[in-house]
Amino acid sequence: MIETEGLTKMFGDFRAVDNITLKVDAGSVFAVLGPNGAGKTTTVRMLTSILKPTSGWATVAGYDVVTQAAQVRASVGVLTEQHGLYERMRALEYLEFFGRVYAIAPAETRRRALDLMERFGLSDALNKRLGEYSKGMKQKLALVRAMLHDPLVLLLDEPTSAMDPQSAKLVRDAISELKRDKRTVILTTHNLNEAQTIADCIAVVRRGQIIAKGTFAELLQRFVGDPIMHLQLTKPLNGVASDLAGMVEVIEQGSDWLSYRTADPRVTNPAVIRRLTEHGAEVITLSQVQQSLEAIYLQIVAEDEAQHMQLREKATR
Amino acid sequence: MTTTLNQPVAPATDSVQRVLSPQIGDHSLRQTLSNALIITRREMRDSFRDWRIMGPILILTLVFPALAQGATGIFIRFFEGAGATPLVDNFLPLLPMIVGFFPVSISLVIALETFVGEKERRSIEPLLSTPLTNTELYVGKTLAAMLPPLLASYVGIAIYLGGLVFGAQQWRPETELVLQILALTTAQALVMVTGAVVVSSQTTSTRAANLLASFIIIPVSLLVMLESFIMVTNNRYVLWYIIAGLVVVDIMLFVTGARIFNREELLGRQMDEINLGWAWRLFRQSFGGGAHNVIGWYRLSVFPAIRRLRGSIVVMILCMVLIFVGGFMIAQLRPDLQIPAAAASRQNVLQNLPNYIQQLGSSLGSVLNVVSQNVRVLLAATILATFSFGVMGIVLPIASFGILGFLLGQPIWSSLGLGTYLAAVVLHSLLEAPAAILAGAAALRLGSSFTRSHKDETVGQAWLAALADCAKIGIGVVIPLLIVAGIIEVYVTPILVKAALGG
Repeated sequence: MIETEGLTKMFGDFRAVDNITLKVDAGSVFAVLGPNGAGKTTTVRMLTSILKPTSGWATVAGYDVVTQAAQVRASVGVLTEQHGLYERMRALEYLEFFGRVYAIAPAETRRRALDLMERFGLSDALNKRLGEYSKGMKQKLALVRAMLHDPLVLLLDEPTSAMDPQSAKLVRDAISELKRDKRTVILTTHNLNEAQTIADCIAVVRRGQIIAKGTFAELLQRFVGDPIMHLQLTKPLNGVASDLAGMVEVIEQGSDWLSYRTADPRVTNPAVIRRLTEHGAEVITLSQVQQSLEAIYLQIVAEDEAQHMQLREKATR
Repeated sequence: MTTTLNQPVAPATDSVQRVLSPQIGDHSLRQTLSNALIITRREMRDSFRDWRIMGPILILTLVFPALAQGATGIFIRFFEGAGATPLVDNFLPLLPMIVGFFPVSISLVIALETFVGEKERRSIEPLLSTPLTNTELYVGKTLAAMLPPLLASYVGIAIYLGGLVFGAQQWRPETELVLQILALTTAQALVMVTGAVVVSSQTTSTRAANLLASFIIIPVSLLVMLESFIMVTNNRYVLWYIIAGLVVVDIMLFVTGARIFNREELLGRQMDEINLGWAWRLFRQSFGGGAHNVIGWYRLSVFPAIRRLRGSIVVMILCMVLIFVGGFMIAQLRPDLQIPAAAASRQNVLQNLPNYIQQLGSSLGSVLNVVSQNVRVLLAATILATFSFGVMGIVLPIASFGILGFLLGQPIWSSLGLGTYLAAVVLHSLLEAPAAILAGAAALRLGSSFTRSHKDETVGQAWLAALADCAKIGIGVVIPLLIVAGIIEVYVTPILVKAALGG
């Protein structure tokens, strides 16, 4: 549904997006993470045919972003970082305007607008001027606008940033439903928990480049390594830990607990428990330490930073 | 508030996406206009809801004509009191034009705000993400900025004229005058709006756009003053020429505005900053062209700059020929402007020649005077070209060629001999004319850099490069040519004229 190859954007000498290659299938959510200024918005703007790539190519919904710009824009729904509403207009009037722009029949626009407004809990504010909307309501209406023409591809920039938890959940549910309806969603966000929950694939972008890409499990494996287990005993270890060292990689230990890393918990954990029982130790809990996307992200960024510093040092020498 | 969780969003029934609407990607004129009008209607509705726009428009439309009525009465009484009653008929046509101009000036504010204001409010990006083309956005916004003030202007003119027709003055304007005023008002509104949209699409803040608006409002105000003068002096036929000129400028600005307007420029620019260091580096780089010596400078910098001026040079030559022929024709068609034969007899000229040579003086100082005069004119043309989209870069350098044509059209050459004319003009003109053409072409390019599309550079970068071209052509070619021409004019031309006269 979305495919790019060597996508690059230069602003003068500044390389805002550097050689991005990706493929996002229909019915999947692709989350793009990265600090401000990493090139996320520029990438989205190229995928919307607002900015022309300096080099490389991209297709969205089968259309080329340079040569078939109008078709690309008609196939894409965009939620920009700033909601960008016309504050003197009323909600329905605003959506009807965009319906005309997308060449949708007036009756169809109205039906879709009412449907989506109800879906996002905005039915009571249909005829309210947008200037009177709260920040969260504006964000939801901007999302309604992005979905109004039932696009195959949605490019959502921080969709839940201004929302209360209930509204944010509504939006996440909507994204999941879009996925079920075989829509493709690119989500740029700083909310790592959100990305972890709804994204099928996650990319971390820094200095215009994708520095890591994969499913959550793939990223976890690559950057955090094998699963970490936490073992809690009833009494002090008394040298048990050194006995386990040959079986597992002990990471940390306290008087009556320890953490270890293992490539295959299904084989290792029963063996560990057997060994502990032989030593008369009683196990209270043995559980896998849950890793968050935040930990992975910080690890990715730290590794990239170290690599970058090394390169800079080399260049200085 | 009704919240329906887990209810799937119904897909559009008319398959707007699977098979895209035939309107998407349809670039026919009808579809373009239809899409542009979607923007126009929305923007006009927004304008009508904005008291900051509607307040001044209503005041200028309804109150100003009433004030103008009062002023008219005062002026009429003043003229009559001063015994200048005939001037009343010259004066009365002036005010409808002024009454129409004030509401139209609001269009400048709306137009300046139209792109850059939306960018500041961050509402431009959702619009740019739609299938509308750049032309549709540009046309739609231009119409939206122009129509409300223009309608207000027509209403204001109607109110004022209604007052004159049905009021105490009982003055009935000629149909031609009303048509001229309406055409001038419309053409001026379009000039301001198209110019302002160009400015608005090239700046990143309303503040910067307002500052640059002086490039529009000052020339238009001067034009209104000129039109007023023409009306008062009862030369109203000239207004048709002005209208024709304005239509040409309208078309030029509209086309160039549509061409340079693009989404990338609107979103790519983040801030306007005055960076003198950067500007100087860019200028110096462009001026030097990477050369290490004078010969290299001519080869790498000056000659390529002249090659870039090919189009402008052609325009200059055409204009020069036209004005020369025009001057010649005027001399032929207006016997009242011809030099009396007695004053231009061979004997008379020979008698006066020593005085002229004495006045001119055959010294280096005289050469300096001639050269500095020419340089001043070309410098003024370059500066004025910046403020007139390059037009003054053509007008000033070619003006003297109109005079040369006018002189050639005089019947006096039958007695003085054409050889005298050639001796007086040709030799130094062989150098002065190329200098004027090159300087004018460079100035034209400099002034028009605001209206051209620049592929890989900003308007500022293009302007600095054009300025560097002006400087290198001026220093490297124009001034040396003018110095040699000055030497010839002071030391050689008088001798040639004397010889041609047989003295």
